[in-house]
Amino acid sequence: MTNPFAITLDVGSSRANHTGSWRVERPVYVDRLPPCNDACPAGENIQGWLYEAESGNYEAAWHMLVEDNPLPAIMGRVCFHPCETACNRVQVDEAVGINAVERFLGDLAVEKGWALPEPGPDTGKRILVVGAGPAGLSATYHLRRLGHHVRLVDSAPRLGGMLRYGIPAYRLPRAVLDAEIARIVAMGVEIQLEHVVHDVEQERRDGMFDAVFLAVGAQLGKRVDIPAGDSSRVIDAVSFLHQVADDDAPLLGRRVVVYGGGDTAFDAARTARRLGATDAVIVYRRNRERMGASGEELEQALGEGVTVRWLSTVSKFDGDRIMLEKMKLNEEGFPEPTGEFEQLDADSLVLALGQDTDLSLLEHANDVNVRDGAVEVLDSMMASPSGIFAGGDAVPAQRTATVAIGHGKRAAHGIDDFVMGRSAEAKVRHELASFELLNTWYYADAPRTERPELERVRRQTNFEEVIGGLTQDNALFEARRCMSCGNCFECDNCFGVCPDNAVIKLGENMRYQFDYDFCKGCGICVKECPCGAIVMVPEHN
Amino acid sequence: MTSQRVHFYQVGSFAVGNRLLNEDERTVQAQSDRTNSIDSGHRACQGCGEALGARYALDAAMRATNGQIVAVNATGCLEVFSTPYPETSWRIPWLHSLFGNAPAVATGVAAALRAKGNKDVRVVAQAGDGGTVDIGFGCLSGMFERNDDVLFICYDNEGYMNTGVQRSAATPPAARTATTEAVGPEPGNNFGQGKDLPRIAMAHDIPYVATATVADLHDLERKVERAMELRGARYLHILVPCPLGWGSASDETIHIARLATESGLFPVFEAEHGVVTSVSHIRRPVPVEQYLSLQRRFAHLFGANPRPDVIAHLQSMADENIARYGLLQPEMEQSS
Repeated sequence: MTNPFAITLDVGSSRANHTGSWRVERPVYVDRLPPCNDACPAGENIQGWLYEAESGNYEAAWHMLVEDNPLPAIMGRVCFHPCETACNRVQVDEAVGINAVERFLGDLAVEKGWALPEPGPDTGKRILVVGAGPAGLSATYHLRRLGHHVRLVDSAPRLGGMLRYGIPAYRLPRAVLDAEIARIVAMGVEIQLEHVVHDVEQERRDGMFDAVFLAVGAQLGKRVDIPAGDSSRVIDAVSFLHQVADDDAPLLGRRVVVYGGGDTAFDAARTARRLGATDAVIVYRRNRERMGASGEELEQALGEGVTVRWLSTVSKFDGDRIMLEKMKLNEEGFPEPTGEFEQLDADSLVLALGQDTDLSLLEHANDVNVRDGAVEVLDSMMASPSGIFAGGDAVPAQRTATVAIGHGKRAAHGIDDFVMGRSAEAKVRHELASFELLNTWYYADAPRTERPELERVRRQTNFEEVIGGLTQDNALFEARRCMSCGNCFECDNCFGVCPDNAVIKLGENMRYQFDYDFCKGCGICVKECPCGAIVMVPEHN
Repeated sequence: MTSQRVHFYQVGSFAVGNRLLNEDERTVQAQSDRTNSIDSGHRACQGCGEALGARYALDAAMRATNGQIVAVNATGCLEVFSTPYPETSWRIPWLHSLFGNAPAVATGVAAALRAKGNKDVRVVAQAGDGGTVDIGFGCLSGMFERNDDVLFICYDNEGYMNTGVQRSAATPPAARTATTEAVGPEPGNNFGQGKDLPRIAMAHDIPYVATATVADLHDLERKVERAMELRGARYLHILVPCPLGWGSASDETIHIARLATESGLFPVFEAEHGVVTSVSHIRRPVPVEQYLSLQRRFAHLFGANPRPDVIAHLQSMADENIARYGLLQPEMEQSS
């Protein structure tokens, strides 16, 4: 007798019973596109680098960040962060402070001296990049990584374009700008400053370039005809900010009126306050809801003593007075004159009415289409089949530094395909990880960490940075508020909640696998996955 | 002694595990080397709450005792779906006798171990609500009264599910079962006195009584661990939703258990020597409708001829629980 006393039956394991055959639907692990990544104009993998930051792997996080955007410390300050607007956490408590974490990583990289990836192996291809603003710098970086030779030319004496000559130092300290630009230059870039390209075709022939990227920006402040007794007291905002950046600030007097309602108007008014203006008044023809600048910027400006006259236009600037005409919005939301006037004391008038692009360098480039003052481009940023690409403010798009950085990256890949004679690969985008796919029960309640602001009184007299950075603790906290929408973050929920032990844990960073021999297809794992990274799909046959 | 949630992690201590948590803050179920006391291939329905609850509790007991337990099982779903001849799903020593005598058999096992001088091997008895509140009730009360060294676990799915969904003394009022049909002026189970076994157990003044659900794994495991620290008669009552008997979708099992506690219908607490020592506060309060409307056994309260009066009655039962155990947060969100 082989069995123990009183045991007459052999015991078999229930593992012989493959309950997977009951299944009509099977769970499958997926990765979905988080809304932050979807919204990022620079194409960053935000969820990806936050995941690294959550574990305190800041260097890995930064390396993942600069895969797409070589200027995180800059963008952590000036980006208008559409990622945070799109963030699913808005519907739980508040958006994750992505921009603040980006800045923390960017600053840490500068502090620790982390290097950008090495340039790629030399391809022998020569690319001309015209304009060293965010689009040109981003294209240069990505082209170097692909192994192409880059000549970067700019008309200004220093690199940075609008980052340097348009954005005031209290929003973007020059040391940060210089440090991030220097990292790109260190990849080996041929630089030509104070060089104006008059004819792009000629320039291309002379330098034997295989392709050209035009990132000339929008440098010309729009003027309107305002009867002015003394035109020397009228300046456009672009020139004003440029001169301030050159340490050659014009004398505007004590009462400065800024005409316009975009970011540039606010930059100009806040800069005027810092240069000693007692009154900095923004005159805008629409109302607050229709203003182009961000609400954040308005709040900061008001806090610094800038005032705003909504629904007003400047009709005359005479002597020491500006004549304002009151406006009202019609049914379509357009401002209409009312015929009512009022006066405002002013020493000078700054026009911030938008910017135009100087595209005279394209005069001989016959196959480039220019419409409404912007270069028409394909998805690859290609403007002409002969190999001219364009991006940034010179093409029809939202005019922000982040969009420009995205253009630079896309153009670099477009140029790479062009010079290497490849056809572009269609990019597969994952399905969006929308809020309904999440199970937010599992996320701890954690309100957002705000960045410190410089005391108001100190903001009115100097160009010290207004918004501070996060400490390491705060940045870690903020990163860990990320819900990792649509991408497994190894919370073990599926592994734990399966009544049939049909989830196999593969170990750290290797996620999980279903054991379809035993999975009955109940779907609990899908329902209890916090981040929506599992779907049920029908079984065939 | 309210348990403290770990804050400021992506999922805090709500999820099963999390790479960001310290090892000792992760659950037994997050470990690749957990016992899996009840193995794959068992014949429980899709989304069975009882199979899940049994693994949660027994794996936790295995960790707490260093793998030294004997389990005694009453007749019921758990016994039937885990051991059809010639297979067994049990990866621990496991014993089945009759429907009503599991507490007595467990007492005997504990006595035998004591007689052999074995203090390390611990005894866990388990049954469904039928085997606990109805058929095994006399034996169980005796086991409590003698304070035998057994942890008795009731997996409460609120009816005799294995035999075709008949009413038990743990079936909630108004629920439709095969023996309490949804017909007549008072459809479904009657609003009787109820038979609240955790409170009956507390009345025995035994060392430990606790309730738990499959929706809060951390809490469940902590309670099993606490129970195994103590000697004498201990009672753990775990709510395990039953997709078949409750008429709920198989993927809703955990969600429904969560709604049972968040609505106040199933209070989660623990008591030592007859005194409540901690309660799990409601995190996101919901009306009972949210819980009821996901289950076809309550479908007659909704739809074409809704019964708001019956729903209100059930809501008042939830409100009484909330008041009796103090289930609402002292302040809505703990600030620590």
